Amino acid sequence: MSECTDCAGCGTSAVAAFPPDAAVKTVAVIGPPNSGKTTLFNRLTGLRQKVANYPGVTVEQHTGIAELAGGQSVELIDLPGVYSLSPHSEDEQVAYDVLTGRRQDTAKPEAILLVLDSTNLSRHLMLAAPILALGLPTLIILNMADDLRNRGGTLDTKALSRELGAPVALVSARQGEGIEQVREFLAGAMALPMPRSLPVLHDVPKCREWAGMVGSQADYRAPIAPKWTRRLDRVVLHPLAGPLIFAFVVIAVFQSIFSYVTPLMDGVKWLFEVSGNWIAITLPPSPLRSLLVDGVWKGVGSVIVFLPQVLLLFLFIGILEDSGYLARAALIADRTMARFGLQGKSFIPLLSAYACAVPAIMSTRTIENKRDRTATILIAPFMTCAARFPVYTLIIAAFLPNRQLLGFLSVRTVAMIGLYALGFVMAVLTARILKSSILKSGRTPFLLEMPAYRWPTLQSLGLRLFDRSKVFLRRAGTVILLVTVLLWVAAHVPYTHGHPPAIRDSLAGTLGRTIEPVIKPLGFDWKIGIGLITSFAARETIIATMGAIYGMDHPDSTSMDLQSALRHDLTPGAAVALLIFFAFAMQCVSTVAVVRRETGGWKWPLAQFAYMSALAYGGAFLAAHLLRYL
Amino acid sequence: MKKAKRKPGERHLDKNFGGAHTGIKMQLSGNKNGSEILPASLVDLRRGDEAVLSEIDLPVEDARRLMEFGFLPGARVVAGQSAPGGDPQVFQVDGAEIAVRRETARRLKIHHKGRVRRKA
Repeated sequence: MSECTDCAGCGTSAVAAFPPDAAVKTVAVIGPPNSGKTTLFNRLTGLRQKVANYPGVTVEQHTGIAELAGGQSVELIDLPGVYSLSPHSEDEQVAYDVLTGRRQDTAKPEAILLVLDSTNLSRHLMLAAPILALGLPTLIILNMADDLRNRGGTLDTKALSRELGAPVALVSARQGEGIEQVREFLAGAMALPMPRSLPVLHDVPKCREWAGMVGSQADYRAPIAPKWTRRLDRVVLHPLAGPLIFAFVVIAVFQSIFSYVTPLMDGVKWLFEVSGNWIAITLPPSPLRSLLVDGVWKGVGSVIVFLPQVLLLFLFIGILEDSGYLARAALIADRTMARFGLQGKSFIPLLSAYACAVPAIMSTRTIENKRDRTATILIAPFMTCAARFPVYTLIIAAFLPNRQLLGFLSVRTVAMIGLYALGFVMAVLTARILKSSILKSGRTPFLLEMPAYRWPTLQSLGLRLFDRSKVFLRRAGTVILLVTVLLWVAAHVPYTHGHPPAIRDSLAGTLGRTIEPVIKPLGFDWKIGIGLITSFAARETIIATMGAIYGMDHPDSTSMDLQSALRHDLTPGAAVALLIFFAFAMQCVSTVAVVRRETGGWKWPLAQFAYMSALAYGGAFLAAHLLRYL
Repeated sequence: MKKAKRKPGERHLDKNFGGAHTGIKMQLSGNKNGSEILPASLVDLRRGDEAVLSEIDLPVEDARRLMEFGFLPGARVVAGQSAPGGDPQVFQVDGAEIAVRRETARRLKIHHKGRVRRKA
């Protein structure tokens, strides 16, 4: 059982610095990376900031309100992890600035929750020295109490509290154990810390020595090494088996996405068809009915069909992230990255770019070296994000048979993995060019802490999927819906003799035909042209657009068979060209915006946009011409 | 705890002992009779080997970073798994497992007289 000891009993502490009813308004949550700060923050505030089992997931401060007993509430600031208070990288700088009140947008915290990993206390206690020296009321939270216990570690929290002159709580944020003590601290009278001794703060060996001394005063017995982590690593990092396992994991993920989700997708499709039919029957023929059925239902519906696939992809990513495998993948990939001038730390942002480039670009803040960071930002949008995924799936399923290669690999899986690889190869080639020219930099040592493996909890995986569905549906319900409605309007003007024009002659059709000469060499017609224009709002919008255009083109058919419509309009060569175009182009307003914000100007995002567009066009052109006779 | 001592000639020495020589040293250090050539830095350790860190031969800022991760002079380091190809390698230090690239591990000197304990 965990216990909380406040300092009232030890006699060294000053009495409450705040009268009990003058509630503290802001409290910072700080600690070393991967010590579970965000898990605790989420517990206390009921929010759901992203959590995973590797260092550096949180890169900017988040605030949330923790409701306490008796109607009190406290604002919590969740900070990026730091090893010390001498900032090396952007995310550490953020934490440092918030703590010392140097940030304009965040109030200076009045108290601190210091979260330390209890399984590695001697080292993590080093951070306690500079934090206690800040002179703010501090609760020392020893997290992962369950791990500590399971691996046979012990400590005397009372003695530790006496040494540090601050209350100590042994908790497990993941299991919810001991959280009440944290709430009590937040609600109660807070005392200024009165540590028995503090080391010279900027002398790391002295700090470590101090931490060791404090630990031994508290009878800290470190837990035994995580046996299963060692065993698993022996397999996962095996020179031969390691890469094989990596390849197996990747293939299994895509294979199951293609094979097992089809019934679910058909179900969603069926729902939209049935409800679309029902609207068509219920409403009298009118422009409104046409907008709803042909525009919104066929457009937005054809995107939502991909929800089950996207969720399955995120389920796999979630398992890999929460278990701690990703840090091992970063290790395996480091040599390849080094060859292209990148460091291992770039790997994690690049991996998260497989979900979306926007958080990936933000997570580059963990990279200390400015030039390395810029290079990573510039190549991140080449990674195959979740928005490209439905586009790839649609085109691959339309043009490739579900045939097996070598008896177990489906042709579609191979094509999909090929597209993912294509994005990755282009990313590292671009990195190579950048790092050997304008972004050359000296090397900083690459250090990555390997977290112990943990079982992903069902709850955390469920929440991820829930949040992911929300994001996906929100996009479908906002950007994509808006574009679809605009498209429907553009496809229905100008009215002549009281009738809407044929799509070809409408405003949308005219736009498409205006850019047709430019995209003709790629094998695309004006319909794809309209899709390409709309896809610059968000990539998957092209699906909604094509769904709506074909829907309006054949108002009688209620089936949303986009696949056969695409087969009708595109040659196989042009389909490949379209895939390559999507692999390389930076069709995403949000990405451009976040690159501008993170690089502090328009120079990089504009250059990046131009480069990626040129590459997309060139690549598609080549593909279309090489495969013309297919 | 022992303090980091920087011997003036050592950095120079290390440069002459680049790439190819490391391999030879490793071979010899595995041989019981070749005891006059002792491992000089973390790269010379094989999986399971244990040594005591003597000095960090890196610019102040980088050295500080390594020390925050537990690579302090006097710390006990055990070589662990590595990525395929041997680079980077994981070291167990101060209760954690930290991956370090070869180029950095080469700068982490170990005690010449400190016994390197080989795993059986």
